[in-house]
Amino acid sequence: MIVAEQKAIDEILRSVRDYDDIAVVSCGSCVTVCMAGGEKEAAGMASIIKLAAMEEGRNVNVRTANPVRQCDMEFFDSPEFGEDGVAGASCVLSLGCGAGVQFMAERYPDKAVIPALNTTFLGVNRDLGYWTEMCQGCGNCILEKTGGVCPVARCGKSHFNGPCGGSSKGRCEIDPDIDCAWQMIYDRLKRIGQLHRLYEINEARDWSASRDGGPRSHKRDDVTADRGAGDE
Amino acid sequence: MSSAGESTNLQRVLEAGFFSFSAEIGPPMNGSADHVRGKARKLRGFVDAANITDNQTAIVRMSSIAAGYIAQSEGVEAVVQMTCRDRNRIAIQSDLLGAYALGLRNVLALSGDHQSFGNHPGSKNVYDIDSIQLVKGLNDMIEKGVFMGGQKMKEPVSFFLGASANPFADPEELQLIRLEKKIRAGARFVQTQGIYDIDKFKAWMEKARMRGLHEKAFFLAGIVVNRSAKSIEMTALVPGMDIPERLIQRMRDAENKEDEGVSIALELIGELRGIEGVAGVHVMAIGWESVIPAIAERAGFLPRPSFDRQT
Repeated sequence: MIVAEQKAIDEILRSVRDYDDIAVVSCGSCVTVCMAGGEKEAAGMASIIKLAAMEEGRNVNVRTANPVRQCDMEFFDSPEFGEDGVAGASCVLSLGCGAGVQFMAERYPDKAVIPALNTTFLGVNRDLGYWTEMCQGCGNCILEKTGGVCPVARCGKSHFNGPCGGSSKGRCEIDPDIDCAWQMIYDRLKRIGQLHRLYEINEARDWSASRDGGPRSHKRDDVTADRGAGDE
Repeated sequence: MSSAGESTNLQRVLEAGFFSFSAEIGPPMNGSADHVRGKARKLRGFVDAANITDNQTAIVRMSSIAAGYIAQSEGVEAVVQMTCRDRNRIAIQSDLLGAYALGLRNVLALSGDHQSFGNHPGSKNVYDIDSIQLVKGLNDMIEKGVFMGGQKMKEPVSFFLGASANPFADPEELQLIRLEKKIRAGARFVQTQGIYDIDKFKAWMEKARMRGLHEKAFFLAGIVVNRSAKSIEMTALVPGMDIPERLIQRMRDAENKEDEGVSIALELIGELRGIEGVAGVHVMAIGWESVIPAIAERAGFLPRPSFDRQT
């Protein structure tokens, strides 16, 4: 999932201070699961904004909307996005990930859209309240070679041919709380009998499938064709 | 494409079978050519070559290529360190073409210390390629005359190419596999992390010999010289360093810390000389380059071999 965390409340309050009718929009997908931007968090955020305004003697209207996803046009026309909902507010405080915030800005081209979260990584939920990064969306997956552990996302130097000289007792040189990705790769490959893979020299990589190739998009003709057929 | 080109001094020393002795010059955190000249003059005649570090510990310093050029103008052959942290493959190749044009012919390919250790922790790192890919790419430039992108070079370049190894890093087997790959990729010499734990190093070297690596590359054993208890304590904190407590205690207890630091270095050098497959020592006395002549003399390394060079 996409993992995010809420910005410091002071920063959020500063960002919305100039507006008197604020739509707080949650997102029902990833950020709900990682407990940063779901319905519950949006309700809490709305209360905090109201309270802070009251303390300053300002009158602020706060609305909330809880779409299934902010990142999908399918939900753009839902009633809560209409004039009685988000469209009537003077600004949008999005509790979505960076993609959600930007799609809200496209949905409301005349409104200020403010992020309430910092989007951090593609990761997993390891324990209650504990998420770790697993993937960088580099566009060219090699996990079959590395025992299912990603050196791009999980090695501090994105090494492709083994650990740097800073790997010590399974830990990364950057921080002893970080596991060395290459120690994990080694342990996994050993366990599944594929240590021979470590002898291959992985040559310089083509990064054009990642962000380095410019902003990415996909178009699936098969899906577009299906839609056409459905319309008939 | 031929790999022909004049051998470097370091290469000649090693290929002629001499036990090499090299040191290190840390470029200044300013643009003072005199600073580099001063350090180089202290080393001239006492070392076969000097590594010029590339923003070591991710602290901004004068470029290793510029400082290397200055060092060579003072008669000290440079080994240009090149890390993958700050440059993509375009910048690395471009900088090394420049280095070649300036007469710098030894290159040590490194990953580079992570920027979180330095004075710009908020900077982005590059790691377009890793150090093995760097060795491979440079070796292809030298041996095949092609750029990393595959395009043919009109004129070949030639470097004496080295890589690093840390005998104390984990996981040990994978570190050895990685070293083997570096050598297969084209590293002709290998410089190790600073060695304090001689028994551990002996065991590691034996494993390297079992893989036949000492016959395919020259192993230059790294030695760090400390001048104070604080210095050895700080060195112990460097990622990948492994210092026996008794050596740290010796520095703490010593009346004359500098003498003790030199004594420890000389004892280690004495041990290293007897280890099969060790082709030389590389002494790192960062900020204390002036101690190098004394070490060279007391270790019996003088005079250094000299070759008739056409320049």
